[in-house]
Amino acid sequence: MSNHDEKHLDANGSSRRKFLKSSGMAVGGIAVGGALGGLLSMNGKGEETSTATATKETQPAQQHDQALEYFTNRADFDLLGQATERIFPEDDNGPGAIGLGVPYYIDHQLAGKWGINAKDYRQGPFFEGELNQGYQSQLKYHQIYDLGIEAIEKYSQATFGEGFTALDGEKQDEVLVALENDEVDIPGLKSSFFFEILRKSTLEGAYSDPLYGGNKDMQGWKMKEYPGVQMSYSADQIASEEFIEIKPASLHNTHN
Amino acid sequence: MIMVTKLPKTDVVTVGVGWTGGIIAAEASKAGLKVVGLERGGNRGTANFAMKHDELRYAIRGELMQDLSRETLTFRNNSDQRALPMRQYGSFMLGNGVGGAGTHWNGMTDRYNPYDFEIRSKTIERYGESKIAEGLLIQDWGITYDEIEPYYTKFEKMAGISADETPLRGERSEPFPNPALKHGPELDLFKETTKKMGLDPFTIPAANNSQPYENPDGQHLAGCQMNGFCERFGCEYGAKASPNVTVIPAALKTGNFDLRPNSEVIEVLHEGGKATGVIYVDTRTGEKFEQPAEIVAITSYTFNNNRLLLNSKLGTPYNPKTGKGTIGKNYCYQIIVGTDGFFDDRKFNTAIGSGGLGATLDNFNADNFDHTDYDFIHGGTIIMNQSGKRPIENNQVPPGTPSWGKEFKEQSLKYYNRMVNVHTYGATLPHVDNYLDLDPTYKDVHGNPLLRMTFDFSETDRKRGKFLNDQTKKIMQEMGATHVSENESVEHYDITKYQATHNTGGVIMGADPETSAVNNYLQMWEADNVFVVGGSAYPHQSGYNATQTLGALAYRASEGIIKFSKDGGKLA
Repeated sequence: MSNHDEKHLDANGSSRRKFLKSSGMAVGGIAVGGALGGLLSMNGKGEETSTATATKETQPAQQHDQALEYFTNRADFDLLGQATERIFPEDDNGPGAIGLGVPYYIDHQLAGKWGINAKDYRQGPFFEGELNQGYQSQLKYHQIYDLGIEAIEKYSQATFGEGFTALDGEKQDEVLVALENDEVDIPGLKSSFFFEILRKSTLEGAYSDPLYGGNKDMQGWKMKEYPGVQMSYSADQIASEEFIEIKPASLHNTHN
Repeated sequence: MIMVTKLPKTDVVTVGVGWTGGIIAAEASKAGLKVVGLERGGNRGTANFAMKHDELRYAIRGELMQDLSRETLTFRNNSDQRALPMRQYGSFMLGNGVGGAGTHWNGMTDRYNPYDFEIRSKTIERYGESKIAEGLLIQDWGITYDEIEPYYTKFEKMAGISADETPLRGERSEPFPNPALKHGPELDLFKETTKKMGLDPFTIPAANNSQPYENPDGQHLAGCQMNGFCERFGCEYGAKASPNVTVIPAALKTGNFDLRPNSEVIEVLHEGGKATGVIYVDTRTGEKFEQPAEIVAITSYTFNNNRLLLNSKLGTPYNPKTGKGTIGKNYCYQIIVGTDGFFDDRKFNTAIGSGGLGATLDNFNADNFDHTDYDFIHGGTIIMNQSGKRPIENNQVPPGTPSWGKEFKEQSLKYYNRMVNVHTYGATLPHVDNYLDLDPTYKDVHGNPLLRMTFDFSETDRKRGKFLNDQTKKIMQEMGATHVSENESVEHYDITKYQATHNTGGVIMGADPETSAVNNYLQMWEADNVFVVGGSAYPHQSGYNATQTLGALAYRASEGIIKFSKDGGKLA
């Protein structure tokens, strides 16, 4: 593997490297086909490229929104990416959370009005309520993510003697199961609450319009055979007994 | 001291401009009355919905919904609990802005059943008084189906409702203005299967027009393009009937309607059993205005109708201990449960659809079946939607599948176009323990108390819910689904999980001032120039989609307002 590839993998979360390692598939000079091709892809179009063939002339425009506007520490972002990848992993159907840009989606959401619960009622006093009374935490979403990520790392260290990103997939899953079962200490909230937010954000990132930084190249929609933004369906399409394959479109197509 | 600017008097002021405010504005202004419409949200129209195909922005983040940071309500299951604020959306979505929730409804248009309007009399007549469980406060509505029928027809013509026939519902004086929407094979499967089971399925009447339509006011609606994104979204074609493309332009055309967005009413002024006007705040500048009026029409959502009366000290608040008083009484919701069916051998075009499109049946609704052997009354409509499935919200997997990870991904992708749902909107009946009042602790952005909801399903609601869920499961099994989901919990009402924006009651109608707040013209017993119009007037919540009945009642109230403006006095 060239340095360039190495750097690229780091930039997109080391779970790719770990996935390759744990899947037992060899990389580095050997052609990796099928779904794994997408894993190594740099151009975001599912075409396999390598530094050997991708010259400056053939490289497509950089995806400038793939930078951080909320997270300050690369390690936190990598941990987040790997956790989302376990929730929605790469498989034969196509990319997982990392390949879809889900970690960037979450980063961007946390930097915006959702991250500060702008449309939520935020007046006190705050009391812990019944589960069916809903969100009663003093914490805002961005704080919950900060504390949740910190707690995952702490729990991994305490349980396995290694940080979350150094664990193999099975152990990472064990950490997430503990999170889901309220077994991870997070100051001010139940860990299952953070897990639910994390799961929900991951699915949002996989399936929201690509304008938000996830669902890269509409690959989430393609895997689901969901046609995205269609302005109209005909009477024949409505009545069709057969499933109709429709090439997805996004809001970019509507707007431009 | 904050200055309040007193404005010139108007004939009618409406608090809120959604379906009910819009209908009253159109009818009263056509009759020559001067109407001021105060709407706390901004203005908007068809041109604002070009980017509507955005599930995250509109469906998940609630772009068109009321900003809860300014105002919400508090909730508890029973009066022993501490009510806590609904800090974010879950169970229902509150509208905001010109058109109200009528801008972003799905479009399903149901008339309530003749049984609903005389529920108490008819139940006693058929089963005897002992059939009514202890604690239930069911009462007749003070209006019969035959009396409300002309107003249902009026609403249907205004909105261009598309439908063919509606078996087991009340008699109709006129056919629907447009033919039913076309639908896909999944609804054929539902219809064929339930017919074989001896049931009576039909296509739900929809406000999503099946063809271009000009309504009696001369307003034009486009034909539906079947691309989904209706509930929680505005229509980019103006094909879904909303106040914005029907009654509001009809009112503006008369020159008698003064529409004022960004105007939040905080108090109804009254003296000696008569309202003199309202106080509102310009939400942009913070300026306060007094708008004097001959007639005040309170036409916002169920919750705000209740809250405004309570905060204005107008009407007598309901006291759950003594049973006296009316404001806040008979708060109801619906019991909404259903069954997911996963088909290994079928694949549907689930993205295609329209908000109001679906197949339904009323065999298990109202008193359409014999309840002698059941320990509950009423029921619910059974529905299969074809509303256009969206991918963030739909990740259903067969029972036993994990909710994340490799297998979850595999199964949620596989079944995305192979899963359909049959569910119910089940009635909930009013109970002495369920009510609305003012919260003692939490305040809105103006410092006024929030509304407090005390609500849980009562024992007969749970039984009805279980019965209906058994029916949806049976239908799904007969439809041939490979995997069928387990019944849903009907134990306690949960405010965190979306069910429906079908909240009703608190300012209920009736024939007796002791047990109701408004008469059958929606005129307040305790202040005869105040009309309180909306789902707040329903004495119980039936097993149907809730919009058309409040539309019909708004036409009825308009008639009352016009009559009152000439003759005054109690209308009923």
